[in-house]
Amino acid sequence: MLADKVAAIAIKTSAFLAIISLILIFVFIGKEALPLLTSAEVQAEASLSRLFLPQSPRPGTAAEYTWQPISEIPKYSLMPLLAGTLKVTIIAVLIAIPLAVAAALYTSEFAPPWVRETIKPCIEILAGIPSVVIGFFCLMVIAGWLHDAFGWTYRLNALTAGIGLSLAVIPIVYTVSEDAFTSVPQAFREGSIAMGASMWQTASRVVLPAAMPGVLAACILGFGRAIGETMIVLMASGNAAVLSWSPVDSVRTFSATIAAELGEVVQASPHYHVLFFLGAFLFVMTFAINLAGRWFVNRLQKKLQGAA
Amino acid sequence: MTKAPTLWILLAGIAVFAAAGCGGGSGDGTQYKPVTIKGSDTMVLLTQRWAEIYMSEHPGFTIQVTGGGSGIGIAALINGGTDICSASRPMKDSEKKLVMTRHGKDVQEIPVALDGISIYVHQSSPIQSLTQAQLKGIYTGRLTNWRDVGGKDGRIVPYSRDNSSGTYMFFKEHVLANEDFAREVQTLPGTAAVVNAVSKDPASIGYGGAAYAHGIREVPIRRDDNSEPVAPSLQTVKSGQYPLSRSLFFYTTGAPAGNVKAFIDWALGPEGQKICEEVGYYPIIKK
Repeated sequence: MLADKVAAIAIKTSAFLAIISLILIFVFIGKEALPLLTSAEVQAEASLSRLFLPQSPRPGTAAEYTWQPISEIPKYSLMPLLAGTLKVTIIAVLIAIPLAVAAALYTSEFAPPWVRETIKPCIEILAGIPSVVIGFFCLMVIAGWLHDAFGWTYRLNALTAGIGLSLAVIPIVYTVSEDAFTSVPQAFREGSIAMGASMWQTASRVVLPAAMPGVLAACILGFGRAIGETMIVLMASGNAAVLSWSPVDSVRTFSATIAAELGEVVQASPHYHVLFFLGAFLFVMTFAINLAGRWFVNRLQKKLQGAA
Repeated sequence: MTKAPTLWILLAGIAVFAAAGCGGGSGDGTQYKPVTIKGSDTMVLLTQRWAEIYMSEHPGFTIQVTGGGSGIGIAALINGGTDICSASRPMKDSEKKLVMTRHGKDVQEIPVALDGISIYVHQSSPIQSLTQAQLKGIYTGRLTNWRDVGGKDGRIVPYSRDNSSGTYMFFKEHVLANEDFAREVQTLPGTAAVVNAVSKDPASIGYGGAAYAHGIREVPIRRDDNSEPVAPSLQTVKSGQYPLSRSLFFYTTGAPAGNVKAFIDWALGPEGQKICEEVGYYPIIKK
């Protein structure tokens, strides 16, 4: 009994440790970002309007969105970075989710056991490849293929980075949705087949809807991974802070900006606080997406259970 | 009964964890304290070679070399996180003052090698030379077509380094006269990445240390329209004829002493400076 108690306490402590460290990280980032809202000195260089609205650095020039923190007149517009982050993330997710969910459905419903036992560990190994390796592969190989095939002006661009990023997202979405598919009770499939449905009908109309909450959770996790991933975009996106919607322009993302600039930045300078603001922004964004996703998944789960 | 193993595994885990923690903390005090060198990515190749050869000649002596960028090395020197900071740009006065206030000692500046910043283009590029004004035009976005600088019709794709790089600062000050880089200029982490990107794209141009220049072509630079194109070489960099040359530095807090001094003296000596040439930089001492 004593052993039970000790174990329970140890496990509880480690669970709470996770929550506490999460809160502490947020407090730390928030504290470093806060002067942006409170300090007049910082605001003179980087106020919220400068971060989000177009600015003309010199009187007479057209107002524009520019990220150029190392300059005689530092410019901190977040819009090119925000657009870049969303562009790369959306491309990665659009590639990764259909592929990963389809692969998971195939391995859990159709594949013979030996295929399944080959594919599953392979995709799981993909998750273990360090992102810097994927980034380098993207920079050296994928970018070359795409450039040779399509001849875009910029060899490193949002699409190239998005494809590289999808390699990091696929294993997450695959693993979680595969689990969701395999945890659908066997009775569902047997019932469906007994009613005369084909295997494809069973997979698409019975198993997929039943596993939907899990699949959605997988997509949310994948999105969170894509938005925060750093090394791949740092190496494969070209990192030019251009505001455009073209998927073949070079982009600079939040995470890559933090990685590239935080090392050099003078502590407590406006640039430093802006970088932490970027971090806080990213943190809040992923947190909100996770929260919304969780809520949505719960609702769906209740609805599905209610209907069953 | 079934619960007991779980507990033992848990306890064993904690014990291993604690042991690992202690081991890391106390260390075995018999060895030499390792000398750490942190900073410039450009200089990593050089300091690494120095460290390897010096360590092979002095067994038991450890030197740890880390890159990251001159700015990172300088920050580490200020925070007391490194013995030697390697930097491809001179430290700013404000940074020197920070070291003084934190540690109460003056920063010692030791030039250890010379470097020419090379301008790279793809091997197949027809460009024979560029003036400094043309370079500035390309990187500030005023010149966007290769036709404007004597090449074939087509968009110029310029590559640059991260703004935490000493090479970036040097280029911004000496070539752009402190103007901003154009928004379209792409930045990459590390000179090796720039070289790699340029070697893959015929429309591109990049800059970086001479030591990395493999698989691409270095463009000779002209000071202005009337002067002769000069390619980076030992003579032109040493004599100052090549317009884009700079010193590479070691910085220490206070005058170097003990192991650190021995290593720096060796690097500045004939053997160290010979290695510097082998790696592709230029020796600082006159022969």
